[in-house]
Amino acid sequence: MNNASLIKKRYAAERRFRAFGFGAIVVTAAFLAFLLFDLVSKAIPAIIVNEAMLSIQVDPELVDKANPVAGDYLGMTKKALAQHFPDMSSRADRKALNGLLSAGAADVLQSRVLADPSLIGQSITVPVALNSNADLFLRGMDDGQLSDKQKELLGAMTEKGLIIKGFAWNFLLNGDSREPELAGIKGALIGSVFTILVTLSLALPLGVAAALYLEEFAVKNWITDAIEININNLAAVPSIIFGLLGLAVFLNVFGIPRSTPLVGGLVLSLLVLPTIIIASRAAIKSVPPSIKEAALGVGASHVQAVFHHVLPLAVPGILTGTILGVARALGETAPLLMIGMIAFIVDVPHGLTDAATVLPVQVYLWSDLPEAAFQSRTAAAIILLLIVLFAFNALAIYLRKRFERRW
Amino acid sequence: MAMTAQITAPSFAAKNMTRIHIERAVLTVLAAASGVAVLTTIGIVLSVLYESLLFFSEVPFWHFLFGTTWAPTGNPPSFGILPLLGGTLLITVIAIVVAGPLGLFSAIYLAEYATPKVRAVAKPLLEMLAGIPTVVLGFFAALTVAPLIRSLGTSAGLDVASESALAAGLVMGMMIVPLISSLSDDIINAVPQSLRDGSYAMGATKSETVKKVVLPAALPGIVSAFILAISRAIGETMIVVMAAGLAANLTFNPFAAVTTVTVQIATLLVGDQEFDSAKTLSAFALGLVLFCVTLALNYVALRTVRKYREQYE
Amino acid sequence: MNDMTVKTIYTPEPPRALQAKPPKITAQDVNVYYGDKHAIKGLSITIPDKAVSAFIGPSGCGKSTFLRCINRMNDTIAGCRVTGKITVDGYDIHDRDLDVVQLRARVGMVFQKPNPFPKSIFENVAYGPRIHGLSKDKTDLERIVVESLKKAGLFEEVKDRLAAPGTGLSGGQQQRLCIARAIAVNPEIILMDEPCSALDPIATARIEELIHELKQNYCIVIVTHSMQQAARVSDLTAFFHLGNLIEVGDTDVMFTSPQDKKTQDYITGRFG
Repeated sequence: MNNASLIKKRYAAERRFRAFGFGAIVVTAAFLAFLLFDLVSKAIPAIIVNEAMLSIQVDPELVDKANPVAGDYLGMTKKALAQHFPDMSSRADRKALNGLLSAGAADVLQSRVLADPSLIGQSITVPVALNSNADLFLRGMDDGQLSDKQKELLGAMTEKGLIIKGFAWNFLLNGDSREPELAGIKGALIGSVFTILVTLSLALPLGVAAALYLEEFAVKNWITDAIEININNLAAVPSIIFGLLGLAVFLNVFGIPRSTPLVGGLVLSLLVLPTIIIASRAAIKSVPPSIKEAALGVGASHVQAVFHHVLPLAVPGILTGTILGVARALGETAPLLMIGMIAFIVDVPHGLTDAATVLPVQVYLWSDLPEAAFQSRTAAAIILLLIVLFAFNALAIYLRKRFERRW
Repeated sequence: MAMTAQITAPSFAAKNMTRIHIERAVLTVLAAASGVAVLTTIGIVLSVLYESLLFFSEVPFWHFLFGTTWAPTGNPPSFGILPLLGGTLLITVIAIVVAGPLGLFSAIYLAEYATPKVRAVAKPLLEMLAGIPTVVLGFFAALTVAPLIRSLGTSAGLDVASESALAAGLVMGMMIVPLISSLSDDIINAVPQSLRDGSYAMGATKSETVKKVVLPAALPGIVSAFILAISRAIGETMIVVMAAGLAANLTFNPFAAVTTVTVQIATLLVGDQEFDSAKTLSAFALGLVLFCVTLALNYVALRTVRKYREQYE
Repeated sequence: MNDMTVKTIYTPEPPRALQAKPPKITAQDVNVYYGDKHAIKGLSITIPDKAVSAFIGPSGCGKSTFLRCINRMNDTIAGCRVTGKITVDGYDIHDRDLDVVQLRARVGMVFQKPNPFPKSIFENVAYGPRIHGLSKDKTDLERIVVESLKKAGLFEEVKDRLAAPGTGLSGGQQQRLCIARAIAVNPEIILMDEPCSALDPIATARIEELIHELKQNYCIVIVTHSMQQAARVSDLTAFFHLGNLIEVGDTDVMFTSPQDKKTQDYITGRFG
């Protein structure tokens, strides 16, 4: 029969080939694991921060009971900190000490007092935000922004037990800021919500209507063929091209206000429309024709048969496709850069025509900033974005499993 | 028969005109919706073309297409697209060199070798990678991969730019792996089992069957998957904006910094736009080139896949 | 063993075909399961060399399943389990030391639907010799291809277009190409799984003729739906029903005087 060495060689080739295949999957999985690990480890410093726990005397001299908003809370905080270091009395010493505090150091104090004005005159213990350089130093990273004196002071504060680790509520509750320890994601998050609402309310009805027409009603001719080819090709057009369209048509021709969720949502709805049409068509196609025929058989018109029977049965499939499309829109950045959703916006947007930014653009903006502390903010924003996206995908998978039907 | 004449038969001549009018209106709305996609394409073509024509009235077409210097803010400005095409090509080649073997081999493994359990783990992993926004990958490329490559390269005595084409290309390649893998997986699964049976019955091993029967049969589909991947790489923006930089060098050294068409479009249009200056308009000319190239690639790929599917249906 | 097992009837006992020819394949108490489904129930049979044996029976009776056991093609189906002993030339094909790749080189197979590879006619036939390293050089390979095509009765029709794609041939030509592909690796056994079911009567007649010629040199096992075909081409016939081997006998005897009631009903066309 065959010589044994050839057989040996053939089986060696078989094992090699198989190992390559498995190796490819392992490499891809390892990349994903490395990526997620890297992001999480970078994000932790933005989520768990060092704070000073200080007992602060809410001085009635500095807060007017009638108008507590105008109080000098930062002054009280500074005073409370200084009490721990009585020998630091010179101007330079004070400056060094106060330089450790964040510009938003008194935020928690202020909100406590505003919530309960009876605290005025009393002494309360609250967490006080440190500035990002101090926070970094306490983690063992020296970014060269602190003086030796300040480093000594931080050491002393640690020894006195003043430093605690806390969850950075700032990150979730604040808008953007120039100060890394104050910069938050809320503005971008709300911006994303508004933008996606616009996208969804346009792309879903348009997509389903187009899919119904093409799958159920359109006569097969060169026009519908061209529309179909056009949709498939549009789905693969680079997203940045949609940005050019938005800039030239929506901003310059129609004069829709720049940087707003309205124009962002418009551009993204055109971007995901082909995806939704394709998914909806597949869902409509998977409904067996016998159901429609049964409806036609009892005298329903074609339109009635489709809207009463085919469409309801296709809804789970359409929703699954739509959720995946929306998830894609939620992570899209490039086209939004073209239409000005990239501005530095501190205020949380209140409507569709307020200037806003979105999560992925916020990621891009922060990633460009030189401060080391913004790096971890970026990573934290990414983690939040990924959690939202994975939640969307999980929902799509759940829907698919829950309503999966074998005809 | 007592039952007769209980129901009067409707006259076939009397149509329910209200219903017919409503349904006609519904159909019109549906047809109009499917026209939106066409309008989008027309809108893209017109807007990009219009601004591009304005640009070419200031900068000669041949200077744009064959110029070797890209310096839109220079004095005098220069709009030669070749360094951008070179940079795009370099990064795309790196990406495909990474993603091609990884994507194809993982598709082969998933389609031909993997147990259902392995598939159940590997498929969601690939989908997860596919779902990661490119801005995230760009951040990873710029802040983790690029420094890593730089320090590795420097320790090997190489001169590596901090924004090397290699870092952007590598991460872009990983982005494309799921695309190639899932498309190829579908294509390989569409190869009829009877061909595999024919090969096994001849005494071929699994890898021989894959290499000599399945892959040749799937070739048109796999080539299309690669073309779609190339088109995706050319059009990708965020990874290169964040990791590749702005230096318009015409080089094929993967350790050097290059820039791409998409990076320049994004850079030129972020911030102040002046629609009367060649600098802003040049972004639309770049957009036109990008649109034409990717459209051609997509069209060829999608048509080939369609034909391939029809062959085995 | 299994309470469902039916004792096989021999017609006559023992059949002449088995006396005249040496045994090539034997099966003892073979059971096949697809997941929970018991597809073959305790089957035992002996198949003679250099003769044509036909497996007949209604759809889903297990005849194709058993055919696929002989070259272990069932290995490629997930969830399929085979027990019992099958031997080729006295050698257990489930032996741990046996190489399934080499088994299949010795046991060729032709499928229900012609399945030429999407390659040229030449490459289709050259595929087996190439992977098994059967040819010394290019001329040797060409010789093997031409000889196999001649044996399959296809050479005269395709000699001018060996480089044309195999998929461009007619259905009957494609099936003969698949036969040529199978005999190119010089097998001893050829399994045919309803090889004519996708062909027209003229192409069928051509294949049947070919089977008749091939049995001089090969042990041929054919699964067929057509009783007339079994009667025309085979020496030995085995009737399967619901996973049981009901009756085995010389074809001429079985078609004239079947012993079992079910065989009789099937042959006379009362079910199927």
